Amino acid sequence: MKVLVPVKRVLDFNVKVRVKSDQSGVDLANVKMSMNPFDEISVEEAVRMQEADTATETIAVSIGPEKCAETIRTSLAMGIDRGIHVKTDAEVEPLAVAKILKAIVDEEKPELVLLGKQAIDDDSNQTGQMLAALLGWPQATFANEITKDGDSLTVGREVDGGIQTIKVSLPAVITVDLRLNEPRYASLPNIMKAKRKPIDAKTPDDYGVDISPRLTTLKVAEPAGRTAGVKVADAAELVAKLKEEGVI
Amino acid sequence: MAILVIAEHDNENLKDATHKTVTAALAMGGDVDILVAGKGVKDVAAQAAKISGVRKVLTCDHVSLKRQLAEAMQEVVVPLMDGYDAVLAPDTTTGKNFMPRIAAALDVMQISSISGVESADTFVRPIYAGNAMATVKSSDAKKVITVRPTAFAPAAEGGSASVETIADPAMPTTSEFVSEELSKSDRPELTAAKIVISGGRGMGSGENFAIIEKVADQLGAAVGASRAAVDAGYVPNDYQVGQTGKVVAPELYIAVGISGAIQHLAGMKDSKVIVAINKDEDAPIFQIADYGWVADLFNAVPELEAELSKAGF
Repeated sequence: MKVLVPVKRVLDFNVKVRVKSDQSGVDLANVKMSMNPFDEISVEEAVRMQEADTATETIAVSIGPEKCAETIRTSLAMGIDRGIHVKTDAEVEPLAVAKILKAIVDEEKPELVLLGKQAIDDDSNQTGQMLAALLGWPQATFANEITKDGDSLTVGREVDGGIQTIKVSLPAVITVDLRLNEPRYASLPNIMKAKRKPIDAKTPDDYGVDISPRLTTLKVAEPAGRTAGVKVADAAELVAKLKEEGVI
Repeated sequence: MAILVIAEHDNENLKDATHKTVTAALAMGGDVDILVAGKGVKDVAAQAAKISGVRKVLTCDHVSLKRQLAEAMQEVVVPLMDGYDAVLAPDTTTGKNFMPRIAAALDVMQISSISGVESADTFVRPIYAGNAMATVKSSDAKKVITVRPTAFAPAAEGGSASVETIADPAMPTTSEFVSEELSKSDRPELTAAKIVISGGRGMGSGENFAIIEKVADQLGAAVGASRAAVDAGYVPNDYQVGQTGKVVAPELYIAVGISGAIQHLAGMKDSKVIVAINKDEDAPIFQIADYGWVADLFNAVPELEAELSKAGF
């Protein structure tokens, strides 16, 4: 089974988010960028599938500026075989990302596309589902367990009420949740080895995809702030305060 | 303008998230219809018809819709969209699963998890775990939107919309439901509770959650957890409050042994009153708590329980 793993370069999850003073967006100049944490989990899962001989070939794709090549390199150091970098400096919305990924799927013909369930920058949670629709493939989102079972996959999904298990026939799109696995750290020899793995450079035009945005961001503002309140010394004081507030 | 709201339900009861999504739809202006797709949903449709401001309720009853899997929902909703300018669903795990699939089939860029409606094409939504609020305008002819229920008041009851059954389409066979393991609890649902008490890594074990559960039962509260507590296996995944878990906005949120990572704050900072109990006085949770209590939780929580008993809870 050939597996395609899209990865996104995002603001590192530990970096404090700063909204630009002109409200045009979030300040991404000179801040640490990393692979979207959910995508690290899908990379790890693909590599494990290859180690278990379930996956025959693994390919990472990233869409975005020059530096996305670093994100692909990280996935190669974790064990992915090769990369495809679709270069663009434009902001690409999930719908356009899904269209580019569809074109890559048409070319590469993987049986499985494994994605993170959401990117921690725009928190959209859309790309995997959109790709599944464009391909006419079944989808299993928010996976916390994936088992191959002949020509289908049995997937445990994290849903609001607990865990739901579904079966999807291959080819399929799966988006992964936090507890599917714990991603490995790339070892130094593997980081060195990754430098020799190939990355194809492409552009959205190569795939004939129009990436013009459908949404215009009018402004990006700070959320309504909360400030630290008062300290209480004991339970009696706390209960009294909560009664005053009328919340108990 | 005609707007379709997709009902959240479990085939027996309509969920409150639907009422809140109707409020968002009404704010866009126009006629609002509700689609109840499921199996044996007559009662759910009757409940939906009582929501004030709703024009009519459409039902689609089919065994393939029992769990509202995305492939089946796409077959039902996409053809209906000839008659609608917008479709809205709550951003529960059910809505998050099927809505982008519908959006892509319609060649529309979805607007996820809106927390405000500025006009029929302009919406406010949190990005970066709620650390920034983006106002976005859609140029798509049709709008596909998921709604953050905690950001909207529930639409009132008192309506009497008509109920129509629509023919069920041919259903796809590429995905099927196998089983479900749902957490059983007599406590209120996390996202609907007026009071939530959550435990973090500081709880130390799943057994220790018992002290939180006692207070929860005194207050009629739901029990939640931080990602750290879920990852450590103390409690099941559906307890998780945060950027990638549930978003809650109760009257009172009590955070016990939770340091306050931004990913956790993203899921609870719109609560009316926040209480933090933590032995580390530098824990970030204290920066947003209305009432902070610097104490060892293993002393503090039983003390709180005793004090509440004394007060008649």
